[in-house]
Amino acid sequence: MEHLSRRKFLQISAATFGAGAVATQVAPLSSAAGAAGEVKAIPTFCEMCFWRCGGLAYVRDGRLWKFEGNPLDPQSRGRLCPRGTGAVGSHYDPDRLRQPLLRKGGRGKEQWAAVSWDEAFSFIAEKMKAVKSAHGAESIAMFNHGVGARFLLHVLRSYGAINYAGPSFAQCRGPRDVGFTLTMGTDLGSPEPTDIENTDCLVLIGSHLGENMHNLQVQEFANAVERRIPIIVVDPRYSVAASKAKHWLPIRPGTDLALLLAWMNVLVSEGLYDREFVAKYGLVFDKFAAEIRQYTPDWAAEQTGIDAPTIRATAREFAIRRPASLIHPGRRVNWNGDDAQRSRAIALLNALLGNWGRRGGIYINHHVELAAFPLPKYPKSDKPKADNPSLERYPFATESVTTGLRETTITGKPYPIKAWWVYSTDLIHALPNEAETLKAIDQLDLLVVVDTMPSEIAGYADVVLPEDMFLERYDELLAGWGRQGWVALRQPVVSAPADQKPAWWMAKQLAEKLGIPEAMPFKHIEEYLAYRCEKSNIDFAKLKAEGIVMGPKEPIYAEDGAAIEFGTPSGKVEFWSDQLKQAGFDPVPNFTPPEKPAEGYFPLITGRAPVHTFSRTQSNPLLASLMPENSVWVNGGTAARLGLKNGQVVKLKNQDGVVGQPVKVKVTQRIRPDTVYMVYGFGHTNKMRKHAFMKGASVAQLTTRYKTDPLMGGTSLHSNFVTFVKEG
Amino acid sequence: MARYGMVIDTTKCVGCMDCVVACQTENDVPVGYARDWITTTVRGEFPKLTMEIRTERCNHCENPPCVACCPTGASHVNDLGLVKVKANRCIGCKACISACPYGARYVHPKGYVDKCTFCDHRVRDGRSPACVSVCPTHCMHFGDLDDPNSTVATLLRTRKWHVLLPEAGTRPRVFYLT
Repeated sequence: MEHLSRRKFLQISAATFGAGAVATQVAPLSSAAGAAGEVKAIPTFCEMCFWRCGGLAYVRDGRLWKFEGNPLDPQSRGRLCPRGTGAVGSHYDPDRLRQPLLRKGGRGKEQWAAVSWDEAFSFIAEKMKAVKSAHGAESIAMFNHGVGARFLLHVLRSYGAINYAGPSFAQCRGPRDVGFTLTMGTDLGSPEPTDIENTDCLVLIGSHLGENMHNLQVQEFANAVERRIPIIVVDPRYSVAASKAKHWLPIRPGTDLALLLAWMNVLVSEGLYDREFVAKYGLVFDKFAAEIRQYTPDWAAEQTGIDAPTIRATAREFAIRRPASLIHPGRRVNWNGDDAQRSRAIALLNALLGNWGRRGGIYINHHVELAAFPLPKYPKSDKPKADNPSLERYPFATESVTTGLRETTITGKPYPIKAWWVYSTDLIHALPNEAETLKAIDQLDLLVVVDTMPSEIAGYADVVLPEDMFLERYDELLAGWGRQGWVALRQPVVSAPADQKPAWWMAKQLAEKLGIPEAMPFKHIEEYLAYRCEKSNIDFAKLKAEGIVMGPKEPIYAEDGAAIEFGTPSGKVEFWSDQLKQAGFDPVPNFTPPEKPAEGYFPLITGRAPVHTFSRTQSNPLLASLMPENSVWVNGGTAARLGLKNGQVVKLKNQDGVVGQPVKVKVTQRIRPDTVYMVYGFGHTNKMRKHAFMKGASVAQLTTRYKTDPLMGGTSLHSNFVTFVKEG
Repeated sequence: MARYGMVIDTTKCVGCMDCVVACQTENDVPVGYARDWITTTVRGEFPKLTMEIRTERCNHCENPPCVACCPTGASHVNDLGLVKVKANRCIGCKACISACPYGARYVHPKGYVDKCTFCDHRVRDGRSPACVSVCPTHCMHFGDLDDPNSTVATLLRTRKWHVLLPEAGTRPRVFYLT
């Protein structure tokens, strides 16, 4: 029996947090000054992750006290996740960037001079002007994540930049977006319109809801558990979701597509699919059906390690409940390099269930269309985008590819990339193969990092610009997609603790220094926000007071009148894809078995923990005290065979000989004997990140090998093998 | 008088620790300390496994050993029937920490013993404890165990449940639905 209790927990926190903790951290973050002082609750929306829940921030005697869900908000329904609740800790994070920094020593040596904002922008503008005159503004690129990038990106584009990309595409949801776009003509968007609330059967394949805290989905998932509907979880690891499931399929890593094909085989060969839906909306179903016949459950059993009767039983389980039956499309879906086809298989399986626009399936989502603020047009460029130089390379990419931009930066082809703006994303942790990222950085004349925290990549920057965290700033309005559209406002709740500034303000300074002040034609962002609201018939004062304004109610199900439309070239659900065939790809997804590891090596898979977001939160005092480091999960039998003990410190070495940071072994029954798992985002090496420095090990560091999805440029993050190096 | 209790549905809990963070901010718990925590118990061998996830805290026992052993009266049962600690009467002798079978108490850096209060300051305003009110899975319920129409009483009548260490004779008022 494995038991993790409080005593154990306190031991962990005392050992790893108490030891290095400074005196202030033994006190509460927001110290109560005697009796209850003046308390104000101010609505805003969260940026602890990309879910962007509405919340109410409580300020007590001028100090940030707590952050709770806004009951008006459809994303959180008044309940935040632990990171949202823990946002208070990000305001008080002792490792925050405090003032603009200019690099003094060699790149990556982390020697800095604190400078004024004016000096920082003068330096940046001079370098940008030099890049523009030597190579053209197209040679200035941006990598970004989050709402705050809006105005910086706008100013860069106003200056002539055309290359910008977020890891949220090629390193996250891109394969799903493309798989669904090829099949259904829509990328689903965020949040995914999954009607978990009303489904009669839920399939999670590689999705660990409950460990990833996609708020509304977790709430609906918990309700689904309470409703006792059959839940089927496919995961090499006994995830939290698996522990709630009727069926847990501990699949061999890299073989999801074989299972998906066999499930489709069962639905087609047993006639369990929605014939009416297929007849009405399907394109070239016969050729698809003929192709799918080869993928029998017996064949898939060989590939996946899931026995054929279980494959049949689970297929029938979800098929008989259609259309209120849902194969969750997933979110981060870049596993093995064939992920767009894997996601296409998920789209096809949902199509066979006829659940599009149906209660308990995939609902038709809505949002509020906001009026634009009049801004000058961007200059035209005659150069192609540099992330995907010829569309023959990643023909179905729907957004720019980060790793494509990185490659162009290294090769200088089709033209050089000489300046990077990196906004709120840590490319060292987000992109595979750190060495390539560093090689690209070597080519740059300018690397600007804007962040609240000293990320790994900030260590390599020429200029580091400290941003207000989200509770201290205004940002662009949020027009959210959901069962009902809504508009949310982000507004400052407390002042920044030092010389941090909001990104919109930085954008305005930058525009002026670049000689294009007309790009930011407003004095303060409030002017901009008020204008958009007024022109959209939204009462700005009400939005400031309540944080959320709901859009009109519109039908979300076909039976209530929601439009069923598919944005594919044919206007149909493309079971057999002529688009793919024309481009030289498999018109029906085709399975390639994953490579096998060498003797003594294990596939390293990764995922999320509920209290952390990416590599951002590891020094947040509240969240770090709950999970100060990650561990490497090893099956009990495997650990016994290798002589590994629970809590023992090891290093992992990957197939390319890269040795990771020291990390504790978690001996558990909750994982396949042939697989190991680590939560990503740990193992920080930036010296400014004192409270997370060298805690746990970085998954990114061990991800030296990756495959690129030929359809859309997504990079696989589960294609590395590791072995154990025991510490003396 | 109401007999307050907490009923927690372990089948819904995902162990996200939101309850822990919410308690820390609501109650100004020093960083690195916690009044509530998550326990996971895994049984079986791969791949035949079960797992129970529980959010745990002071059980506000009806027969509280911490109160019985306190030499100064700092640990007491208050007017709402909740087990509390008067910080200014606590001498930090830790007798209660030894007596509590649940590990619910810790020594606050200021020298007194601290633990869950069921957020009695909120309960007096008719609100749920902070942990209950933030839980994104809605796995926690708080109310009057003696009111047959309360959610907590209804759940205890209609679902299977257990308490922690019933053999200790403490009569806990935190119940776990399975």
